[in-house]
Amino acid sequence: MKIHEYQAKELLRAAGVPVLAGKVARTPDEAAAAFTALGTPICAVKAQIHAGGRGKGMVKGSTQRGVELAKSADDAARIAKGLLDQTLVTIQTGPEGQVVHQVFVESGCAIERELYCAILVDRHAGSPVLIASTAGGMDIEEVAHKTPELIITEPFDPDRGLSAWQTRVLSARLGLPAASWRAAEQFFKALTKAFVNLDASLLEINPLVLTKDGTMVALDAKMTFDDNALFRHKDVAALRDESEEEPAETRAAAAGLSYVKLNGTIGCLVNGAGLAMSTMDLVKYHGGEPANFLDVGGGADVKQVTEAFRIILSDKNVKAILVNIFGGIMRCTTIATALIEASKTVGFTVPLVVRLEGTEVEEGKKILANSGTTIITADGLTDAAKKVVAASKGLKA
Amino acid sequence: MSILVNRDTRVICQGITGKVGEFHTRGCLDYGTRMVGGVTPGKGGEKVADLPVFDTVAEAVAATGANATMIFVPPAFAADAILEAVGAEIPLVIAITEGIPVIDMARVMPVVRASKSRLIGPNCPGVITPGQCKIGIMPGYIHTPGHVGVMSRSGTLTYEAVWQLTQLGHGQSTCVGLGGDPLVGSSFIDILALFEADPDTHSILMMGEIGGSAEEEAAEFVKHHVTKPVAAFIAGQTAPPGKRMGHAGAIISGGKGTAEAKLAALKDAGIEVAASPADMGAAMVRAIENKHKNKKK
Repeated sequence: MKIHEYQAKELLRAAGVPVLAGKVARTPDEAAAAFTALGTPICAVKAQIHAGGRGKGMVKGSTQRGVELAKSADDAARIAKGLLDQTLVTIQTGPEGQVVHQVFVESGCAIERELYCAILVDRHAGSPVLIASTAGGMDIEEVAHKTPELIITEPFDPDRGLSAWQTRVLSARLGLPAASWRAAEQFFKALTKAFVNLDASLLEINPLVLTKDGTMVALDAKMTFDDNALFRHKDVAALRDESEEEPAETRAAAAGLSYVKLNGTIGCLVNGAGLAMSTMDLVKYHGGEPANFLDVGGGADVKQVTEAFRIILSDKNVKAILVNIFGGIMRCTTIATALIEASKTVGFTVPLVVRLEGTEVEEGKKILANSGTTIITADGLTDAAKKVVAASKGLKA
Repeated sequence: MSILVNRDTRVICQGITGKVGEFHTRGCLDYGTRMVGGVTPGKGGEKVADLPVFDTVAEAVAATGANATMIFVPPAFAADAILEAVGAEIPLVIAITEGIPVIDMARVMPVVRASKSRLIGPNCPGVITPGQCKIGIMPGYIHTPGHVGVMSRSGTLTYEAVWQLTQLGHGQSTCVGLGGDPLVGSSFIDILALFEADPDTHSILMMGEIGGSAEEEAAEFVKHHVTKPVAAFIAGQTAPPGKRMGHAGAIISGGKGTAEAKLAALKDAGIEVAASPADMGAAMVRAIENKHKNKKK
């Protein structure tokens, strides 16, 4: 789960990580009032969307950037007006962009140097790691690719956190003046603690700023949380902003389904994540484009399958649907019955190709054949893919 | 021969009194697995499927001589269940539970690595040696005893591959589900080493997916340490970056974990790559035939 920058900063402030004073605004007047209340000569007005690259991003149909400096309350209102309810396109949003519903007005600071730091769980190390670099404000993927020697990595134990010596290694390699090492130690320790205590899966500070007076400040903050741990962080779960998410994905999650919307024309309904990904690959291999990833899980019932079909059909691009089930624990007869029930309640407007394999497959196929529905059955993966691709183009396989 | 489990493996189930734990304990018993007991704190002395239930893993091991455990404990308590099994020095710990917080696993990993126990999973279908022992949730009947070692990060995709192998007349020595989470106890490399050393395994089929770099590391290992024919498939070739595809670990992030990079590494290591998921079994057959041809030359 992702949250906004201003929400991340509230969490970090509470965890003892130095951040600048700021206020969220939902109208230009609120932005002006925020500027006045903060009382610094310069403020940054920042679009709040769940995507990075805002500084370089631009509002559709104007020259308004996603982040701009304001020197007066009027200035802040003008920038907020240019952003609010507008569509911001950044390198991470894709060409369709994302609508800005709120801006964050944040006081300025005197920047000495811009650095980069992030915390994530490293699969190879089997532990969380803190990654830092002198290349602040830049695209870290590019830095890692072109100048990997600029990236510093320190793994740490979730309970012990970073040791003081590890923060000194970071400070020295980041070239921080010795007078700031203590500030850096406090910063890194608070940040790693926040990561662990909040069950984050990514905590990225880009840029991390060394100020003119030698302190460390998180100028930006991007936080993503481990969905599997939200059950023990009700306060974090409450920060979810559904307006930032694909509505169909939110709906699927509520039904216990795993769904990701894509841009193709062939809807997919599959059991198991690996098989669901493979089914998308199969569709593509045979010249089609998958419209979605959808895993109904191991024990889907009629209700879930019905909801799954409704979600797939809510995507107007869908021209045909492929159901691919390998019955293990889930019996083919159960899924066949569910398919027929669902097709009666949902009412299909596009061709439906079904491939069943596994437990009670023959009985399952019989149920489909005798159902009187227009379901197209398939034998094997290749046959299913060919049939659904043809059907999506209005042809017969 | 086989790897990890065989007809002599003595298995307990942690979480045996839960609905899912009991269901799959019965499934394993039906397959012929030597289930010897179960553990649920506070329910010691009860019976499930005629098996004794114990309060702690240590008691269960002392009473039954169990040398493997299958964990169905709910996600919030599963990491602790793994630690309890490791603490009781059970040699093989198979965690089926899906949805364990990754920080919990980061606490478990160093303990497992410093111990003599091997952890498989979590978020995996389990391990099966066809005709001998099934520990997990896979449908037993699709498997046939034979000589292909199968390993995968996904459940149903493994069933698909096993089914294709069985249809083509190739049985399996052992099938191992590694799990779909970012942090799992055993990697492709760990299992490759076991398959390479197992005289009953003649070839190896692996199913990877997007996210992380386990497949690239496996390819590197195959290049230098594996003499048996290897075939592979990578799921998620059409998955967009930044989106989690069902499995917590199946995500392309920061330009890392793409299918292209994995496929390139596999091909570079001389591994036969399946073009589509329908081609997994056939790719294994091609890899075996190619190896034979090369030997004759």
